[in-house]
Amino acid sequence: MSSLEQMYQAVILDHAKHPVGRGLAEVPEGHLAGESHQVNPTCGDEVTLRVDVSVDAAGSTVAAVSWEGQGCSISQASTSVMTELVTGRDLADVARLDTIFHDLMSSRGKGLDDDEALDALGDATAFTGVSQYPARIKCALLGWAALKDSLARSGALAG
Amino acid sequence: MTTTDAVRPTGPGLGAVLSDAELAAVRADFPLLGRTVRGGRPLVYLDSAATSQKPSVVLEAEVDFYEQRNAAVHRGAHQLAEEATEAFEAAREAVAAFVGAGAGEIVWTPGATAAINLVAYAFSNATAGRGGAAAEPFRLVPGDEIVVTAAEHHANLVPWQELCARTGAVLRWFGVTDDGRLDLSNLDEVITERTRVVAFAHVSNVTGAVAPVAELLAAARRVGAYTVLDACQSVPNLPVDLPALGVDFAAFSGHKLLGPTGVGALYGRRELLEAMPPVTTGGSMVEVVTMEATTYAPPPQRFEAGTQMVAQAVGMGVAAQWLGELGMEAVAAHERELAAELVKIAEIPGVRVIGPVDTADRLAVVSFVVDGVHAHDVGQVLDDRGIAVRVGHHCAQPLHRRFGVAATARASASVYTTADEIIAFREALAGVRAFFGVD
Repeated sequence: MSSLEQMYQAVILDHAKHPVGRGLAEVPEGHLAGESHQVNPTCGDEVTLRVDVSVDAAGSTVAAVSWEGQGCSISQASTSVMTELVTGRDLADVARLDTIFHDLMSSRGKGLDDDEALDALGDATAFTGVSQYPARIKCALLGWAALKDSLARSGALAG
Repeated sequence: MTTTDAVRPTGPGLGAVLSDAELAAVRADFPLLGRTVRGGRPLVYLDSAATSQKPSVVLEAEVDFYEQRNAAVHRGAHQLAEEATEAFEAAREAVAAFVGAGAGEIVWTPGATAAINLVAYAFSNATAGRGGAAAEPFRLVPGDEIVVTAAEHHANLVPWQELCARTGAVLRWFGVTDDGRLDLSNLDEVITERTRVVAFAHVSNVTGAVAPVAELLAAARRVGAYTVLDACQSVPNLPVDLPALGVDFAAFSGHKLLGPTGVGALYGRRELLEAMPPVTTGGSMVEVVTMEATTYAPPPQRFEAGTQMVAQAVGMGVAAQWLGELGMEAVAAHERELAAELVKIAEIPGVRVIGPVDTADRLAVVSFVVDGVHAHDVGQVLDDRGIAVRVGHHCAQPLHRRFGVAATARASASVYTTADEIIAFREALAGVRAFFGVD
């Protein structure tokens, strides 16, 4: 497989064409809501992402992620894959996935040795090929930056 | 090497296009063009509008300066200081001659952005009362107007926005037509008695369109406004005589002119430079300094505070000389052919050119979008074939917004670009939609 094909894996192209979570959704009464607008100033890609956090005695869970944006296939697919991955996860899980995904993006195309971590990422491991192109790593991280900021703005991370 | 020696065999002469042998000789002067990229593919460099590659003589001139002449210029009486000063000023003469100017009308700057900011801040300082009676013509009052265009590079837009914010002047601008030309249909409404400055790009770095310079300058002259030309894209690719054009100020960079980074030039009509207050102050730009007050050196030194980028200036001088010896008529004729090859991408299904698709009054700079494929992804597929294009907004967000796109891909040629490279680019571009399954 060429570097280009490693980068544009079928799962990435599928998500880019049929993104998950596209279209901002209302957050139900009683849930925490946070919204973030992120741009990649070098290319003008942007995403507005809204997170819906449900809080109960067991803890805080990402109930839903919805977003709007425009950008390259990598930024759109990455935001879509992330939406699938984090929905229904508790916030500690989301933080762990965020760390693993950032580690993957810093791997310069080598990927991660940690099988457990890779399992946790699921489809997001398809972005390994992106990490060998420094100029594109920001594209893959745009949605993740918006999620992190949305969670901070929702107040769910407080305490 | 000094700039009095020839730096290359002379070109084909007025009006003639480069022969294959001459083009091969040109390419042989650029070491970088011989390298491969992405797993051994020959490099097809179509990003010269962002920065050009450099001929060996430019690189050697910088090395030679450091190895043989390095010293502080315009200070010190030792032999090296003399030789360094001579090389620095010879470079200024070479760059000045290249654009038809006198050496006293060329100010070294770190680049074109710095050159435009220098003019804007000179207006600002004059408005703040600096520069005495001579600077009176540069003083702005609230309600004065500065005119730009919606096609400007941010470097010829943001400094004017900032100048307006500091002085109370109002920014106005010309729009852009659907085919990417400046829309001067409301010329007399935009340039009025209130206009003090008209600033515009000679050639758009996005559309490649050549601005109707004469018409804009005539309108500015009618109302007594100063003109500032962003000549970054024109000076490397066309014969340009700035005094003959009749602009008051012009900015261009070294690194787009086959020269080094970190150096550029501000051209200013001599009497205007003499009347302008300084901007960056400090060493080397003064006459008499006391604890109470300072008097300033005449231009261009008045605008060259601090230790200058001497080696880069020397390199830029050699680059201008290299182009001059090849002949800018021949360069322009060669690039006209390349522009005609480039705009043929408009015939590829799904490709839309942002800018004129006719070859009149345009340079070999072509921005485009591919239906259903983001510019970044287009660039990535081309890069995989060894083809380097620019993707993004090319520092012209308002122009991209005008066309309803956030980003475009841009292919741009230079004197060393071949028609075969453009054909390879077109072939690769034709396969992009299939790769992403949007055919």
